[in-house]
Amino acid sequence: MTPPKQAAARANAVSWRDVDPAPVVLVSGPEEYLAIRAMDTVRAKLRVSHPDLEVTKLDAGSYTAGQLAMTASPSLFGEGKLIEVSGLAAMNDDFLTDGLAYLNDVAEDVVLVLHHGGGVRGKKLLDAVKAAGAPVVDCQPLKKDADKAAFVSGEFRAGGRRIEGAAVQALVAAVGANLSELAAACRQLIEDSTTAVTTDTVEKYYGGRVEATAFRVADAAVGGQGPLALSMLRHALATGVDPVPLVAALAMKVRTVAKVAGARGSSAQIAKEFGMQPWQVDQARRDANRWTEEALVRCVRILAEADAQVKGEARDPVYAVERAVTAVALAARRG
Amino acid sequence: MSVWEDLSGQAPVVEQLRAAAAAPVPNHAWLFTGPPGSGRSNAARAFAAGLLCEQDRLEDRGCGRCHACHTVMARTHADVTFVATEKSIITIQEARELVTKAQDKPSSGRWRVVIVEDADRMPERTTNVLLKAIEEPPTRTIWLLCAPSPADVLVTIRSRCRAVSLRVPPVEDVADLLVRRDGIDPELARAAARAAQSHVGVARRLAQDEESRRRRDRIVRLPLGLDGVSAAMVAAANLVELATAEAASSNEQRDAEEREMLLRSLGAPEKGPLPPSMRSQIRGLEEDQKRRAKRSVTDYLDRALTDLLSFYRDVLMIQLGNAVELVNEPLREDLSRYAGSGRPETTLARMDAVNSTRKRVTTTNVAPLLAVEAMTVSLL
Ligand SMILES: [Zn+2]
Repeated sequence: MTPPKQAAARANAVSWRDVDPAPVVLVSGPEEYLAIRAMDTVRAKLRVSHPDLEVTKLDAGSYTAGQLAMTASPSLFGEGKLIEVSGLAAMNDDFLTDGLAYLNDVAEDVVLVLHHGGGVRGKKLLDAVKAAGAPVVDCQPLKKDADKAAFVSGEFRAGGRRIEGAAVQALVAAVGANLSELAAACRQLIEDSTTAVTTDTVEKYYGGRVEATAFRVADAAVGGQGPLALSMLRHALATGVDPVPLVAALAMKVRTVAKVAGARGSSAQIAKEFGMQPWQVDQARRDANRWTEEALVRCVRILAEADAQVKGEARDPVYAVERAVTAVALAARRG
Repeated sequence: MSVWEDLSGQAPVVEQLRAAAAAPVPNHAWLFTGPPGSGRSNAARAFAAGLLCEQDRLEDRGCGRCHACHTVMARTHADVTFVATEKSIITIQEARELVTKAQDKPSSGRWRVVIVEDADRMPERTTNVLLKAIEEPPTRTIWLLCAPSPADVLVTIRSRCRAVSLRVPPVEDVADLLVRRDGIDPELARAAARAAQSHVGVARRLAQDEESRRRRDRIVRLPLGLDGVSAAMVAAANLVELATAEAASSNEQRDAEEREMLLRSLGAPEKGPLPPSMRSQIRGLEEDQKRRAKRSVTDYLDRALTDLLSFYRDVLMIQLGNAVELVNEPLREDLSRYAGSGRPETTLARMDAVNSTRKRVTTTNVAPLLAVEAMTVSLL
């Protein structure tokens, strides 16, 4: 509706990793962990240039009129100031008013970082901030595995440690469900290892995770190794792994194979189209050789059935997941 | 504007409810039934306003101007309890709390009204808890239950309730309402009403939001691109993504509207800070909205599947030689080509696949993407 503003917002966009201090910085979007990292980045960069930085934190929801101007007013010794305002998504009207006023009269030697978690509250202020040319860090949840893998690679690059492509994927599969957990795992691996991180390292640290177990079962089944898949499945169930993530992992594997099965083009093109890594595409293509279209259709339907069954439609969820693993392994052997 | 005016295409129901609202002692339990979009809960809410309206003259009840009417319509009247489940079903615990609340005397109005917006999402055990309260309600409490059809609630409850049956309003009536109430261009209003299959809320959104129209169009065209397993998997992912996007954008709009309405009914100042009492009301609303957002993705997925179903419904009509008015009239050429390449039996089987997926997605907590994938590969 307002192309100039949108264009401005896009022009101001910076990643959370690269954001530099500016008179006003807007950090917006629902992924709170990335927002925290963006604010850390700004704070760390400021501390380098201003060792005696004065940091003040405000909450836009319980804000009282005048606080912002008072905090931003020049101090006696002229040290740098950083004001971090959180909770803009629930900002009260006082903050809206003061925030708008501040944009017209930005204080010197002050960096104001605004964090808005999403929603329509205070849109007027956000638009004004964007129109004023402030850098905007968009913090969206990392939904695709490719995005999470890119995040891991970025963490390792920043940490000055190498990690193998397959190890990135293993790490995402093991702890990728939660971004802050994924980041913590990266930090631990970077700090604990002295050489390049391999799948073995990831396995050693996070192999006991439910997700990792489930993915190993799924790998074996989709690869047509029925007896191996079933024995790993029995072991997993015996150690108390819930059937629900097992079915989810199988579905994810079969989904990847089914998507890649009929797709034409180079691995890189397909990877881009489906949000995967090229090596993942290559592996899925090798798996796909074992599968016919009919087998894929049958297995997707069996898995949907199994998902309903393990979530309460059937009395025996263990039987349901065993049946699904068997069906997938058998289907993969034909062809 | 009176509270009855927005119940478009429901003249007999309006007459029934107006008379009941003016009665000295109305029946103590009512069951509002009708297909999605016919305005079940709107009718129940209007009736509650009619019951509590402050006008002395009986025929003016439901005036839409008094404080009681305003607050009931804004869902903030102290004597009206709304029960809309954010989870998929109403739990026993919630039912018990309701029954306790229903014992209270009304604080300011003539009646205490409990509106259960999803009576069909009550399991039998829960229903039994409510049954006792509905059988012997306190003298000043009136229950209003809403469900798609009478068959969706237990016969023991049904037999205690006076029935209010809303019909699918004709496309013309929905279009008229959009023109009259929302100032929408008549041609656009008609197209939207037809595409929404007379669902008033959906029609309004389609008419007012171009993105929403574009999303619906992409959903309806999905079958045209299904040429293999890979395409089916991609189509499933797109469908879930489109429904999620529609849910998010529609919630955002509705949340803002509700907030504005609440502020108005509270008499909030145009400028300056809100007094603390109002702030806590707003916070309460925001919490409700957050809870509701969780469920709405499922609801919008159901809506997307309904749109998809309309494609096959049109195809079937063409195959049976009965294609006078198609839901997806702009797609007629594509639909005819598709219809010519298959048989009605296959189309019916595909409609069954969509319908059983709708049922699975709305009544169980299966992974939506996997359920939709199983559907799209069955549509090949
Ligand atoms: Zn009134």
